[in-house]
Amino acid sequence: MAQPQDFGFDDDIVMLKDAANRFLGQRQTLVQLRSSLAGTEDPYRGKEREGWYDPAAWQEMVDLGWAMLAVPESAGGLGLGLVAAVAIQEEIGRAACPTPLSSTLQATFVLKEAQADAHLAKIAEGSTMALALFGEDGTPDADSTTVTADGNKLSGTSCYVQDAQKVDGFIVAAKAPEGLGLYWVSKESVTIHRARIVDLTRDQARIEIEDVEAEVIAEPGSGEQVMARALPALLTLLAADMAGAAEWQLQTTADYAKLRVQFERPIGFFQAVKHPIVNMMIAADETRSLVYNAACAYDHDPEDALRCARMAKASASETAAFCSNRSTQLHGGIGFTWESDVQIYHKRQMHSQFLFGDASWQRQKLAELL
Amino acid sequence: MAAKMTEQQASPEGRPEAGPEAGKEAREFREYCRRWLEENRPPPTETPLPQASYEVTYDDHRAYLCDWQAKCYEAGLIATDVPKVYGGHGYDNFQSIASDEVRRSKVPYFLNWIGLGMVAPTLLIHGSEEQKKRFLKPIFSAEEIWCQGYSEPGAGSDLVSLQTSAVKDGDQWIINGSKVWTSLGSLASWMLLLARNDKQDKYNGITCFLLPIDQTGVTVRPIHKMTGECGFCEVFFENAIVADDLRVDDVGAGWKVAMSTLTSERGAATGVGAVTHTESPLSSVKELIELAKTTKRNGVPVWDDPVWRDRIVKLYIRIEAIIQHARRAPIEAINGGAMRLPLQGKVVGSEIGQDLNATALGVLGMQSSLYVGDEHAVRNGRWPLGYMNSYTGTISGGSSEIQRNILGERILGLPKTK
Repeated sequence: MAQPQDFGFDDDIVMLKDAANRFLGQRQTLVQLRSSLAGTEDPYRGKEREGWYDPAAWQEMVDLGWAMLAVPESAGGLGLGLVAAVAIQEEIGRAACPTPLSSTLQATFVLKEAQADAHLAKIAEGSTMALALFGEDGTPDADSTTVTADGNKLSGTSCYVQDAQKVDGFIVAAKAPEGLGLYWVSKESVTIHRARIVDLTRDQARIEIEDVEAEVIAEPGSGEQVMARALPALLTLLAADMAGAAEWQLQTTADYAKLRVQFERPIGFFQAVKHPIVNMMIAADETRSLVYNAACAYDHDPEDALRCARMAKASASETAAFCSNRSTQLHGGIGFTWESDVQIYHKRQMHSQFLFGDASWQRQKLAELL
Repeated sequence: MAAKMTEQQASPEGRPEAGPEAGKEAREFREYCRRWLEENRPPPTETPLPQASYEVTYDDHRAYLCDWQAKCYEAGLIATDVPKVYGGHGYDNFQSIASDEVRRSKVPYFLNWIGLGMVAPTLLIHGSEEQKKRFLKPIFSAEEIWCQGYSEPGAGSDLVSLQTSAVKDGDQWIINGSKVWTSLGSLASWMLLLARNDKQDKYNGITCFLLPIDQTGVTVRPIHKMTGECGFCEVFFENAIVADDLRVDDVGAGWKVAMSTLTSERGAATGVGAVTHTESPLSSVKELIELAKTTKRNGVPVWDDPVWRDRIVKLYIRIEAIIQHARRAPIEAINGGAMRLPLQGKVVGSEIGQDLNATALGVLGMQSSLYVGDEHAVRNGRWPLGYMNSYTGTISGGSSEIQRNILGERILGLPKTK
């Protein structure tokens, strides 16, 4: 199927992206995040950390229509495609913004593939949800779930659930005798065990489900197919977040290299500093081009979407690792401190690298398609 | 962008004339190019052509390629957007379509790539009216092959240090000194020359000339590359003469002229239709995957070895990224600035190409030792040859190290490394 040469990146999406960039810049999320973190620094003696986000900012995002962006018009949304969602998610990543939007956008694409209009309508109204797909070992595959379904009753534990503290409910992958099914459970019906994680901008939990009455999203046996169709969107959204964060890492490191003087010159003068920064740009740009390609493929050429999404996430994971490494190294001592924002992005990228599978996982899966 | 010309010119049958209705016209033009290339594909040469046009050495290849380029020019695939008054075809923004189709159809490349890629764009910007009328058409038709006299033994990446001298003598200039790494030097009849007219003024003391090579003051000596092929030449000037009306732009404007030429060389610009390779990166990586699937070690395809497979898939992904760059680059809202992606083209493309060839050697294992002419060599030694030749990409036209300086300074605003 023919794809638009411009990725479908039309004027409306450009405006949306610009608006997101301005909005997230003004909110100064990281300043607020830092005050929420006061006293929690030391992992041995510090206070327990809550999954923080700015509920007022979230409400504004809902009002701006971001949450309902990809919800079909029939369910009360804006009916935009993955290219639009990716444009927003890239800005979220650039701002390292803790928000239930990331999980909710992911949930939207799963619900779309399951044609679960009732739940999509809830998202359009501002409801939030996160995906609960993985088992204990974190194999990035919904198949790895250890939750089981008996009729509409779910039991088991789902691990590595993102944004668990911020959302109203979960889309749970569970195994029934007929095969994989997808279900919705409310946060009140489960026990949320908050995990202590490296990333300061996310929260993560294992959720314990004990004989909980769930709403069916995808009938047992159809869950694999729904997840297979949604997976390209999930990988691409994540890769977009990472591309945005990588661009921040690039620009921040370049700016620092212009300011920091050693041996009577800004350190960016020295090729040992200049060239790795250029390599950060090369990596970030490769990821970004692959992200738009993957989003466009999902919107216009679903047959090719998985191949393109695997490429985007593989590239994003490599880029995230490289840009994180160089951003801390080239900032020198200050980049290694809690005080520097460089560490916040570095840790967000560390987390993203492995979500839904790291680079070598993606390449292994991609090879099967070549 | 070329102005549209109103005069009519005889064109091969079926070629649409330039006019309004851009979308439909563009589609028809692409169709036309595709059909023409299919119908006029030349028969293969007796001995295979080198992998890239800058490696052509022999007269039979020269004759064959000049003939091919002339046909493509007549058909409108070269100088597509150049005004008719200068021998072009007077279309508006159709060159990229023609060049696309040439690359896609896997026909031979164009021998006069320096003329097309560098001299013609330079003349179109800086040349006098007489120079354009005299020189452009024979560049397009490959009647006159061009080389470029920029690099010197002491001025490679640091081009501005060049020392070849130009001394004014009445209405001509006397040239002394030498150039090196001159691609096509042994085939060319003209050279785009940079020479120093003022030793005191580093940047404003250089002048650009169009130098006839067939004269007693010019000696051309071939240099053999590590591959054994003759890839380029040394050129020596002993009181060589160039007329003042063959000077390009003002005395002392040579550096400015050179920078605009190097933009054509380093950037993604197709100029007036230079196509130097027939193999695209995508076709090469697909070939590499095929090679890994068919090459066995201990009875098992190399592709089944996860270490090699991972390395190949990494390349496959990076090559897809280059392809997507071309798509993203024109979109202002997401290209990060007009020059950010085009300026990465050379360093990224050449380094991936090198990695790709090096990976192929690893896939082949001991078979990679078999070189051109060995009956057991895979594809007549194409992979070891390609690996060695890949250094042309990472060194010439501004080495990867210089490219990174340019990117850091021009795109990211880092302080200049002089």
